[in-house]
Amino acid sequence: MKISREDVLRVAELAHLGLSAEEIETYRDKLDGILSYIDKLKELDITNVEPMAQVIYAPAAPAAAANHPELREDVVGPCDVSGPILSAAPDARKPFFRVPKVIDR
Amino acid sequence: MSAAPTWTIDGVRAALQAKKVSARELAGEFYARIERRNPELNAYLTLSPDRAYAQADRVDAAIARGDELPPLAGVPIAIKDVISTQGIRTTCASKILETYVPPYDATAVERLDRAGAVFLGKTNCDEFAMGGSNENSAYGPVRNPSDPDRVPGGSSGGSAAAVAAGLAVAALGTDTGGSIRQPGSFCGVPGLMPTYGRVSRYGLIAFASSLDKIGPLAGSVADATAVLSVIAGHDQNDSTSAPVPVPNYAVETDKPVQGLRIGVPEDYFGAGLDPEVKQKVLSGIALLERLGCRWVPLRMPHTDYAIATYYILATAEASSNLARYDGVRYGLRVPGATLTEMYRQTRERGFGPEVKCRIMLGTYALSAGYYEAYYLRAQSVRTLIARDFADAFQKVDAIITPTAPTPAFRLGEKTSDPLQMYLADIYTVTGSLAGVPGISVPCGKTKGGLPVGMQIFGSHFKEGCVLQLAQAFEQAGGSTI
Repeated sequence: MKISREDVLRVAELAHLGLSAEEIETYRDKLDGILSYIDKLKELDITNVEPMAQVIYAPAAPAAAANHPELREDVVGPCDVSGPILSAAPDARKPFFRVPKVIDR
Repeated sequence: MSAAPTWTIDGVRAALQAKKVSARELAGEFYARIERRNPELNAYLTLSPDRAYAQADRVDAAIARGDELPPLAGVPIAIKDVISTQGIRTTCASKILETYVPPYDATAVERLDRAGAVFLGKTNCDEFAMGGSNENSAYGPVRNPSDPDRVPGGSSGGSAAAVAAGLAVAALGTDTGGSIRQPGSFCGVPGLMPTYGRVSRYGLIAFASSLDKIGPLAGSVADATAVLSVIAGHDQNDSTSAPVPVPNYAVETDKPVQGLRIGVPEDYFGAGLDPEVKQKVLSGIALLERLGCRWVPLRMPHTDYAIATYYILATAEASSNLARYDGVRYGLRVPGATLTEMYRQTRERGFGPEVKCRIMLGTYALSAGYYEAYYLRAQSVRTLIARDFADAFQKVDAIITPTAPTPAFRLGEKTSDPLQMYLADIYTVTGSLAGVPGISVPCGKTKGGLPVGMQIFGSHFKEGCVLQLAQAFEQAGGSTI
């Protein structure tokens, strides 16, 4: 097995996911199967192949991209949304979201 | 299936203008159909009659005044439940967003609204669009209108089933690895994945940001074209939306296909492809040849690596995007003594098994010591897959493949083995990774009566060419081949 029980627990902690004892074994099995399959990527020689960091880059969208309309002026505008946004929160006291105590002193 | 008349976008417009029906009556007719069929199909999660009738009344008032009607006036449309709709609950088919009501419309939704569309409701899907069968919904699976014992495909299964069953004239879906095209194929309706950046993702609740696209499913290629025409175009609220002019797709689509070069990659017709599907798609290609297209044999040598690449990149992006569900700002909160305990319990309770599995895989792939071996390597293989497409489009105008290796499978058939489920995306994820547009167009049925889909890929921003071929194919009888 590529994945140990400790690996599963470490990843679950990083992802802030609570897992039951049963789930730990299930995910260990599943991840192991998928990662073994994914090992086929090691067959390929990727020397000198740039990782694809951007899906559509300038050559694919030539003329119109030249003037970059996606880069707009940085203008301050009204953003009066705190009411509707806070009203969707499980626990809010305007203008804050409330959470359990983080710092003890 | 019921003998109710099949509405098209043109048909709605003509009936409204001739005053044979009002937009309000039409919306009512669709709600009556939904009431009859939805208990069995489970295609809709939330209906939005308040907004629909308000939209319909606006259209009826415009007709009464004799105003010129916008392009989708009165057209009843369904919206996948991962796309934000102001005032209408948007769950992503997840328990973690069970009561979430977005304060704004996605750009695609806002554009449909301005075009006069009537929003019937939100359609079921795999939780956070993660799945290929709609069985990962926290609110139960959707059933395929062609055979209720079979899946509709996924993740946009509710959108595809709603259109196929006549419960909407058109629908918005989203496609990350095949989630519009594969359910389109399974349910027998056209479904288009546009080029990455063609349609704004603003308001699309993110799964994998470098792969997510919004696109239409509809009863005909012409109707998918009409919806794309409304939702396409640059949006300053999505920095990855492309500043590329939107052509007149209706004009592009009507051009003759004579002389177009269609590439047929042998890598898509090998082991694992159902023989009946293969035969149908080869007949479909022969039909395109009879319409004057030229068959060009192709090799796309990295096809076989696409699933592995996709499941690293998509899960890595998902693990980051889904970090926002922590019980603080929206959605479910399970109380805990500490902040961390609250996060853990909220996410444990709120996410379903497949979403957890993908968050785990993505977190693992990005974690210290594994980033280069998995994520960075997959990014490089993505470049190789994109080059396969770039090389192919030096020689051809479009690439033709099956959409999925099989027709719709039975509910429960693949749920125990995630890898088998992932492999159902084998022909669609390639184009998703390359960022090119692709459509699934109905291509006959199996002897058992299950729809088969033929996939047409085009070069970046060549939706016009993809739709042109799909429409010619449809008009030449491709759907009953």
